[in-house]
Amino acid sequence: MSDEYDNNKSYQAQSSEVMDGSAGSVNPDIDYVRPAEVGEQDLYHGHSFIEKWVFCQDAKVIGVQYFLTAVFTGIVGLILSWLMRLQLGFPGLAGFMTAEHYYQFVTMHGMIMVVYFLTALFLGGFGNYLIPLMVGARDMVFPYVNMLSFWMFFVAVAVLMASFFVPGGPTGAGWTLYPPQTILEGTPGSGMGILLMLISLSLFVIGFTMGGLNYMITILQARTRGMTLMRMPLTVWGIFTATVLAMLAFPALLVSAIMMTLDKVLQTSFFMPTILKAGEVLEYGGGSPILFQHLFWFFGHPEVYIVALPAFGIVSDLISVHARKNIFGYRMMVWAIVGIGGLSFFVWAHHMYVSGMNPWFGFFFATTTLIIAVPTAMKVYNWILTLWRGNIRINTVMLWCLGFIVTFVNGGITGIFLGNVSVDVPLSDTYFVIAHFHMVMGIAPLMVIMGAVYHWFPLVAGKMLHEGLGKWHFWITFLGAYSIYFPMHYLGFIGVPRRYFEMYDSPYMTSAVGMNEFISIAAFIVGAAQFILVFNIIKTLKTGKKAEQNPWKANSLEWYTSTVPPEHGNFGERLPVVHRWPYDFSVPGAKDDFIPQTTAPSEVIHTEVEKT
Amino acid sequence: MSEQKIDGFELKPGFKGMASDTGSDQTMFKGVHWGKAMMWIFLLSDTFVFSCFLISYMKGRGSTIVDWPNTSEVFSLYVGGVPVPLLLIAIMTFVLITSSGTMALAVKYGYEKNRKMCGWLILATAVGGLTFVGMQVFEWSKLIHEGVRPWGNPFGASQFGSFFFMITGFHGFHVSIGVIFLFIYTYKVFAGHYESKKRGWFTKMKGDYVEIEILGLYWHFVDLVWVFIFAFFYLW
Repeated sequence: MSDEYDNNKSYQAQSSEVMDGSAGSVNPDIDYVRPAEVGEQDLYHGHSFIEKWVFCQDAKVIGVQYFLTAVFTGIVGLILSWLMRLQLGFPGLAGFMTAEHYYQFVTMHGMIMVVYFLTALFLGGFGNYLIPLMVGARDMVFPYVNMLSFWMFFVAVAVLMASFFVPGGPTGAGWTLYPPQTILEGTPGSGMGILLMLISLSLFVIGFTMGGLNYMITILQARTRGMTLMRMPLTVWGIFTATVLAMLAFPALLVSAIMMTLDKVLQTSFFMPTILKAGEVLEYGGGSPILFQHLFWFFGHPEVYIVALPAFGIVSDLISVHARKNIFGYRMMVWAIVGIGGLSFFVWAHHMYVSGMNPWFGFFFATTTLIIAVPTAMKVYNWILTLWRGNIRINTVMLWCLGFIVTFVNGGITGIFLGNVSVDVPLSDTYFVIAHFHMVMGIAPLMVIMGAVYHWFPLVAGKMLHEGLGKWHFWITFLGAYSIYFPMHYLGFIGVPRRYFEMYDSPYMTSAVGMNEFISIAAFIVGAAQFILVFNIIKTLKTGKKAEQNPWKANSLEWYTSTVPPEHGNFGERLPVVHRWPYDFSVPGAKDDFIPQTTAPSEVIHTEVEKT
Repeated sequence: MSEQKIDGFELKPGFKGMASDTGSDQTMFKGVHWGKAMMWIFLLSDTFVFSCFLISYMKGRGSTIVDWPNTSEVFSLYVGGVPVPLLLIAIMTFVLITSSGTMALAVKYGYEKNRKMCGWLILATAVGGLTFVGMQVFEWSKLIHEGVRPWGNPFGASQFGSFFFMITGFHGFHVSIGVIFLFIYTYKVFAGHYESKKRGWFTKMKGDYVEIEILGLYWHFVDLVWVFIFAFFYLW
């Protein structure tokens, strides 16, 4: 065992005695933290505007760059969803909307939201900004590579957006890009569109790998003195595990993208079977479309958790801070995150129950899928138990957190339906599936993002976002999102298929029409409500109330920087020294209801702090 | 980097040591340079890339409807009119593995601060890598000359050419990137950048001989991948 551990033991022994002495007296023994192993990080400070704000090597600026780029793509995705809802709720109202356009919008909406919005926002945005601050590092360990990572992502987004403007438009193959139809004539965007999509995805993977290496090594090798893995905020744990998943799952996406690019450009037949078209045999033959599905979902399922795990981590921190209570079962939370991450590599084929695979295969994947419910449920119980008898502040951040818990449970329960083969088969490709994954990995992580924005905005910008506007934003989004997705479950049960441009004279028409109109109107309102946040941010930046340091009275290191907002190098002259976990809230005997991670044991000698 | 003394921390052997390292503050891998840890994790990710390629290859080869070409014929060289299977590949493999040896020696001399030897050995590694890529170009052009294309070939299943060119191409790309960096590091070592602590052109960071080891890790990995490609393409 490390010296750290022995220290704590001796500290415990001493703190149980009644120590006589003022708070100022420093006992060198119980406050001992090992000296630094690694010397000070060599930082390159930018000299010009371009080095400081464009090709910047400061992880915080890179984080904001990631955030803004991701939000831009997110707004594009939102507009696409509006156009889809316009067609579904009021067919024929938008004259330009052809079936081809509809498929293109579906595809681009899916890909943008999952990869370019949520993944980039959580890992690139929050990861870059928060990891060095939370673990007490001056910056990411490879600032130059980190900068390249963002610009690679930027180019990937540019290539993706360019596909809107090429002949034939963007690909309309559905976000899963299943071959063979994806690259065959007749699918919208099967020319330049799909090619740009595949190139963009490859660039994204390369860019992400550069960033991911940074996140992992910063967390593993660049923590400050006293910061053990089990003293890291759960945010860092969530982002870390998600990064590990991404580093191991994105290779499958890269490989499938390369192979499909070759199928498209060089007429290879990796994924292409023998195809008859209008009585004529195409040049393809002998390939396996199912292989693509396996590769894609080997990436695609961990991808769900790449989005979800950072959200789990962040929401744990937000709940703990705003309920003024330590997170319930911290270690259990960490192991649940790691466990979910590990299991997520063994469930991918539950997306393929209708692909014609061996039923025993489905049985295996149904089992592993349902096992994931165990650590996930542990996390939900722990969030609720953290709230239990906490000193809850019902502010905007807490509202988003509560919204998250409810929404996540909702989406999780429908996930149990879909995880079972026999239930999934009739529900497959219906609106039930749409409702499920939008609840669980669309709305739920989005609520965490919103909560996190309200929570950390004072740190990033030094000003407090307007609470009233925030509450309006929350309630419209929360109620609106339920108005959108609850009815969709019903649409799925009555059998309305997804990805259909129009229902025509199908038997669903009568009951689905009114519901579709209602859903569409709700979607317009919810989408528009997101601009409340944009307005709030602009208004706050101009006239907002200046934030004090550490406005939420949190414990983690990001609030204890030398300046607010933190400058390059984060912590001024000396790096902080960590003595405890970040969840010492409402500790009996303590002066305040929070004890920062940097507080030495000798300063809180009479309190009953957790041993961490 | 073997014996690392760490202030206030006892490095223990075995599983206990792993547990105490993991439970400690600051670093998980004690005394391991950031760049070295990064390279290991990158290689883990890259392993997944090559695994996906090779598993796809196995699946593709297993499920074609047309017979797979007879690889011992396709890959043989004619020496004096007699087909010698695996001849070229044997030489290529030998060259690449030898370059791994020179790389390992370069790392050793680098840590001994023997600048000249280190530089010459990196240069030898780079030349070895370049020779490998050159022979691969020869092999590709020979196969193309015989009518093998990514979309089809006269010997059997069209997937043969697809997978062969894709996977050896991806590996050759790795080797080429490595060769470029080997030449850059040859220059840096001979110019004495690690002694003068000259800052890098792009990263503005000071270098150290540990960079040679990091590049060495990459180079050995590329060799290791070649062994798998060799086994799966030429021996199967």
